[in-house]
Amino acid sequence: MKRTVFPNRWLPYLLVLPQLAVTIVFFFWPAAKSLYLSVFKSPPFGGRDVFVGLDNFTALLRDREYYESVLNSFVFALGVTGLSVVGGLVIAVLANQKIRGLAFYRTALLWPYGIAPAVAGIIFLFIFHPAYGILPYFLSFVTAYEFNWLLKGWVAMTLVILATSWTHLGYNIAFFLAGLQAIPASVMEAASVDGAPPLKKFTAITVPLISPVTFYLVVVNMVFAFFSSFGVIHAVTHGGPGNATEIMVFKLWKDGFIGLNLGSSAAQSVILMAVVIGLTMLQFRVAEKRVTY
Amino acid sequence: MKVFMSLCAALVLAWPGAALARTEIHFWHAMTGALGDALETQVKQFNESQGEYEVKPLRKGTYPETLTAAIAAYRQKNPPHLVQVFEVGTQTMMLSGAVYPVYELMQHNEIKIDWNDFIKPVVGYYTKDGKLYSMPYNSSTPIFYYNKDAFKKAGLDPEKPPRTWPEVEAYAKKIIAAGGAKCGFSTGWPSWTMVENMHATHDQPFASKHNGFDAVEGVELLINREFGLKHVGALNGWQKDNVYSYGGRQGTADPKFVNGDCAMYIQSSALISGFSKSIKFDWGTGELPHWGGRYPKATSIIGGATLWVLKGKPQAEYRGAAKFLEYLAKPEQQMWWHVNTGYLAISNTAVRNLEQGYHFVKNPKQYTAFAQLTGLPATAPAALKDAKKAAPPKPERVATPNSSGLRLGNFVQIRDVIESELENVFNGKKPVKQGLDDAVAKSNALLKEFAATYKQ
Repeated sequence: MKRTVFPNRWLPYLLVLPQLAVTIVFFFWPAAKSLYLSVFKSPPFGGRDVFVGLDNFTALLRDREYYESVLNSFVFALGVTGLSVVGGLVIAVLANQKIRGLAFYRTALLWPYGIAPAVAGIIFLFIFHPAYGILPYFLSFVTAYEFNWLLKGWVAMTLVILATSWTHLGYNIAFFLAGLQAIPASVMEAASVDGAPPLKKFTAITVPLISPVTFYLVVVNMVFAFFSSFGVIHAVTHGGPGNATEIMVFKLWKDGFIGLNLGSSAAQSVILMAVVIGLTMLQFRVAEKRVTY
Repeated sequence: MKVFMSLCAALVLAWPGAALARTEIHFWHAMTGALGDALETQVKQFNESQGEYEVKPLRKGTYPETLTAAIAAYRQKNPPHLVQVFEVGTQTMMLSGAVYPVYELMQHNEIKIDWNDFIKPVVGYYTKDGKLYSMPYNSSTPIFYYNKDAFKKAGLDPEKPPRTWPEVEAYAKKIIAAGGAKCGFSTGWPSWTMVENMHATHDQPFASKHNGFDAVEGVELLINREFGLKHVGALNGWQKDNVYSYGGRQGTADPKFVNGDCAMYIQSSALISGFSKSIKFDWGTGELPHWGGRYPKATSIIGGATLWVLKGKPQAEYRGAAKFLEYLAKPEQQMWWHVNTGYLAISNTAVRNLEQGYHFVKNPKQYTAFAQLTGLPATAPAALKDAKKAAPPKPERVATPNSSGLRLGNFVQIRDVIESELENVFNGKKPVKQGLDDAVAKSNALLKEFAATYKQ
């Protein structure tokens, strides 16, 4: 690896300072505050913080509902990551071909990413809502089956996974397209000359060559599904029916901002942080070995 | 430049009140759409009625978001003077140590308001030891809505809504059979309408210690007893024939009634004005159905929000908040608010004036909620002149300790727990008994935790 040597001792520090400042203000400081709050019980309006040690954590670990939300988070994150990464790759490969109107398609495919998760949620509501959605309305002409995710947990979960994947698809397509275009044409031509069928070219050349992109996207999508998918859940299901779509980040928001239980909410965010850090480390340990840069 | 300067000077002179600085009173609220417009108009009217204070309304999002924002501001030592908090936040506010109780505020500013003139179930909800803590602002109560066209189609009298649950069931079956609607009835705010208010109107305790009014510690939910099991069991059973169709929490089921899918609906009385604009068919209102038999018929309980005064501002500024609340308590403001929003007018004087002005004769739907809250007969008196001659109407509902309100800590989460468990019952994941037992167990843990947080 190439080392850059700065003539001035302070310049390198000065250059990383802005990024460092952002990280400290928006990550380390709130994280430290969460850590602090997680060992206290405090009434919403403050005034009396009572130190309770690890009570907030043990209460969570004894709560069956908390485990449900952890399980929901994993189902949700795996669903979203799987769907949006695989879907993104397939669409990117299709968009990478030489077809008429390519520029338009490529741009249009990125649009969903520009839609705020909450708005995406509302759009899905208008399509799927049992009372006023357009799809159940048309379905009612052909089938008596009621698409009622207000009561059916797994349907609701499928729906929020679909909505979230859709918003994140554009991001993945953009990265895959860039990865695909970086594959040297000569390699592909050589394979064609050797008589490799398209599917073989895809699995033997494309997939390994874009593995760094895939790896990056899996990590980012995972983190995204755990942390930033709040908007869709909030707009579409509110964690229901029952607690079927209550993922960790929604539960911690609900307990903190609706329930005003700051201690428990902070403890949940500490656990969530640990889970995501752990997952990311695991991915780097295990999956990165298969990545060829 | 000269021209510009003189223009500025002219502007400053022309601006009324710019010379004398008015004290600003910050008022955070959660009213949206037409309700938000009504609130702003009312504030504007107050600002124009005097020159000393200027109330500045600011919408902070939903009820929970507004409360969270106020809490954050209070912790940063820069709270608004007034904040609108929904009824389930009452216990949290009362115990917060952050509020300047309304009765105290009025005493300190030597403003006299006759609280006895206010409707009991409304004021009682926010009173502790006979003292009013927050100013009732927008109050409503759940009522029964029905589609008159669907009734006619099924050969039912469109002027006679069902009064008992067995009648609701029978009517629903008739209507579905006649093709009047796809489902019998649906509900908004499931915990509020089907659990809290059903217990109140049948004089059954929702929670121990007088629904939480008597103590913070040791309060437990009582919804898994005979009555709760009977009612939730009935709802659950009615799903089979589409007599009952669950439509989600809050107001997500509204479209089921508005688009004619369900012939009957139970939702807040505050929706009358909205429904008047959006519903295309002929519809009416009635009181909440009752199980009859050995259950007494009691008044319903309210929902909505009140205005709380927060501590932490210079004492002199509070006079402005007091003046504003005094303004809102005036009968003509109560009437204006009721007519423009559909929320209840909450003083007896205002209600009498509305009767005199034939408001209820012209808008009989608006009378249902008053009747149900005060216990008076469901039909409005034709006019005050006749009413004076006749004997005062006999109350049909009794006001009891069980029907005077709920005061629970962590109530927002408790509602959430109840609604989650109702969903678990309705989707067949749990039997009725287990669902309600779980709701009680989880709620009791929340109540215990709340008591622990506030223990001295």
